[in-house]
Amino acid sequence: MVKGTLRLKVGLAEMLKGGVIMDVVNVKQAKIAEKSGAVSVMVLERVPADIRKAGGVSRMADPKIIKAVMKEVSIPVMAKVRIGHFAEAQILEHLGVDYIDESEVLTPADPDDHIDKYKFKTPFVCGARNLGEALRRVSEGAALIRTKGEPGTGDIIEAVRHMKLINSQIAYLKTLNASQLRKEADEMRVSNDVVKMVIKSGKIPVPNFAAGGIATPADASLMMQLGAESVFVGSGIFKSLNPLRRARAVVDAVTYFDKADVVSKVSTGLGEGMKGIDFATMEQKDFMQTRSS
Amino acid sequence: MIIGILGLQGDFSAHKKILEKLGTETLIVRTAEDLEKCDGLIIPGGESTTMNRLLDRYKLKPAVRKFHKKGKPIFGTCAGMILISKKIESHPKQFSFNFIDIEVNRNAYGRQIDSFEEDIDIPFLGKKPYRLVFIRAPKISKLGKGVESLVKHNGDHIIVRQDNVLAGSFHPEMTADTRMHEYFLKMTKESLKI
Repeated sequence: MVKGTLRLKVGLAEMLKGGVIMDVVNVKQAKIAEKSGAVSVMVLERVPADIRKAGGVSRMADPKIIKAVMKEVSIPVMAKVRIGHFAEAQILEHLGVDYIDESEVLTPADPDDHIDKYKFKTPFVCGARNLGEALRRVSEGAALIRTKGEPGTGDIIEAVRHMKLINSQIAYLKTLNASQLRKEADEMRVSNDVVKMVIKSGKIPVPNFAAGGIATPADASLMMQLGAESVFVGSGIFKSLNPLRRARAVVDAVTYFDKADVVSKVSTGLGEGMKGIDFATMEQKDFMQTRSS
Repeated sequence: MIIGILGLQGDFSAHKKILEKLGTETLIVRTAEDLEKCDGLIIPGGESTTMNRLLDRYKLKPAVRKFHKKGKPIFGTCAGMILISKKIESHPKQFSFNFIDIEVNRNAYGRQIDSFEEDIDIPFLGKKPYRLVFIRAPKISKLGKGVESLVKHNGDHIIVRQDNVLAGSFHPEMTADTRMHEYFLKMTKESLKI
């Protein structure tokens, strides 16, 4: 009997496909998420929009909240650690969290390195803005990649940018000859083998989900049509007027992402969404996506 | 012959890939009309609570019941097994179809950290060992009289069959081994008298 293999780590991500992973900050929200049909919940101290407002250093959530959510819902539970903070990850593994998100939403802990994720039996998800970032995280042992987008904004533009960039970079790799590929692998700081895997399958070697700015059912449908295999929703649900209804609508829009009649129906009369921040008006110092690469 | 794979949520594309490798025509089922075209149905792994809500919301339950009533073969794996069971002992309020006389406990092996893979011998699938992949898997806690246990692992029934309904607590779609799918295809062919 073997545990903690890459097949099992990627396997859980496969089970989450075609679903919605929702950020929650307490048991009440976690139960609403489960009821709405979320495939998993992500436990945080604050949703990204509130992390922006609060300022200061943002860290892993209190184990007390994480344990309470794990006890009360039957779906998989994820939680975030600071980039490079393997001690926080050790705590989450000890708690038995189902997936660890090494996340740019929290304040990074290591200026140089991400966590060596092969040392853990618990699977990791990491954010990426481009193919190089995605493949570096996979090389470190990540079993699931999500776009970074710009968290806590409710503005989809950056998630779209990252998803399209990854897809176009994969298409570009396919046009290169062997020596050009070696050069490209060098530039991305990844092995030739991982690049070959990408060319063979036409995809990154692990599932690829969307995150960072998804606030409406139409946003979810857009990301799925651009090639995302599932969707993370952060502030978008519990910063809206009617969280349960919006949560259900996003779940429906992910399953029926290519059926405009369904997405249209679930978008109707949803009430006010999160106010959000127009990405174009933001200053670079406030970006979360550039906190690591 | 068309094998439908319930595509509301979960790893339906992994099942599709294996069936295509076997040269079988597949259809991802998301509506009652889709299901009508199918001769057999696989309910994949994923989250049973999510699939249940979508089955309700998009009024698919009557169509799935009709499919079963016609005697068309159904294969439920992991979450799919939970959905077709008689009762979910660990979550008695949660809906299940009652297509096969088994009671199940969800996440009975533990959380993701306890997920595991292991090789075992499954004589009816041939001599080569079979790799079982369990991910936050359910266990069968009670087996009804009309249900045949095809394989046991550490004392637990892991593949069971009642007439044209097949259930497995693990993920045959997570490896390159196609033998479980071939078994289900054989079941479907027999039901069509091909």
